[in-house]
Amino acid sequence: MNINLTIIGQAIAFFIFVVFCMKYVWPPIMAALQERQKKIADGLAASDRAARDLELAQEKSAQELREAKQQAATLIEQANKRAAQIVEASKDDARKEGEKLIEQAKAEIEQERNQARDALRAEIAAIAIAGAEKILETSVDASKHSEMLDKLAAEL
Amino acid sequence: MAGSASEYIQHHLQNLTYGQLPAGYERADGTVLQDATWTLAQTGAEAGDMGFWAIHVDSMGWAIGLGILFLFLFRMAAKRATSGIPGGLQNFVEVMIEFVDTSVKETFHGKNKVIAPLALTIFCWVFLMNLMDLVPVDFLPQLFHMAGLDYMKVVPTTDVNVTLGMSLSVFALIIYYSLKVKGVGGFMGELTLHPFSSDNLFLKILLIPVNFLLEGVSLIAKPISLALRLFGNLYAGELIFILIALLPLWAQWTLSVPWAIFHILVITLQAFIFMMLTIVYLSMAHEDSH
Repeated sequence: MNINLTIIGQAIAFFIFVVFCMKYVWPPIMAALQERQKKIADGLAASDRAARDLELAQEKSAQELREAKQQAATLIEQANKRAAQIVEASKDDARKEGEKLIEQAKAEIEQERNQARDALRAEIAAIAIAGAEKILETSVDASKHSEMLDKLAAEL
Repeated sequence: MAGSASEYIQHHLQNLTYGQLPAGYERADGTVLQDATWTLAQTGAEAGDMGFWAIHVDSMGWAIGLGILFLFLFRMAAKRATSGIPGGLQNFVEVMIEFVDTSVKETFHGKNKVIAPLALTIFCWVFLMNLMDLVPVDFLPQLFHMAGLDYMKVVPTTDVNVTLGMSLSVFALIIYYSLKVKGVGGFMGELTLHPFSSDNLFLKILLIPVNFLLEGVSLIAKPISLALRLFGNLYAGELIFILIALLPLWAQWTLSVPWAIFHILVITLQAFIFMMLTIVYLSMAHEDSH
């Protein structure tokens, strides 16, 4: 068990190793550890934030869904109203049209009756004249008696 | 058998020593040296005669080799250190560093960039040096014997020079930080005015030698106990392995296996104690409690 130079050799080696460890081993690993710690902390914070965001988004989407439903309901209501209006309007139109058609038809009928009446009147006048000629055996001058004839025709 | 057994033990406990033998020295093989010669000691007696200016080549070689192994591994991990997903080596290194860092932070509350890497170096290095104790006692010496080197102690921490070298370095740090933190006056005051103190100035002066003796002993005891604790544990462990190796071959494992398993605890514990006490001593050096 000799005490010798080995003590000093060991002390020098120890010193060098410690310095090396202090300069080249400890700092990079410590830095990596701290960086990872920070990353994890950041990640946890981010996940918290994301969870909160998700909650907010869910709330918002529910809100929007509600609004959309409401809107759709109003739209449907409006559409229904409008449809009822259209139906009503078209019913009106149809009725008016029908009435007009009836009116026209009536007018036409009237017109034709008048025409027929006029024609009949003329014919009756002629027949009356012919009858009167037969009765009188003379010709009746239509122009002379036209006034009387017209009066007669108007009476028909 | 008794002679050969004690020879075997002594042979195993002899370091490979390189030093200077004086002129006119008669070597073990009978030759007489003409001049003072630097050489490897052939016997334990020669190694003893080399005095202080000799070096234990095996202790130094293994210690430095293991230190480099430790630093190489950790440096490799440090170079590739990433804050992302760590690999296996980085995981291991990080566990070690976290462990040391926690130990340091629990004990030492000041700010000092040296203590944590110092503690890491001590723990890993001492552990590796202790670990050599688990290599079967005859294995490496036999290899070196075949290579022509007669003496080979592979466990550096069974060499008191190695443990003293480390503990004296720690002691130097204790003194350095004591002086740095407390100043020369503060440090001297700590050595001379405690644990006995008095309000009476005369009594105070009278107590200075007593205090100095007590505090001086406790200060000197720190590196000595640090070195001898580690050395003693490992030396005893090594000796027991050597004694077990003297048993007949078929009986060896019944003792060497339990002892080796127990020794795993011892070597880890001793490395941890050396590290922990270093931290404690240095944190005491930083505390200006008195």
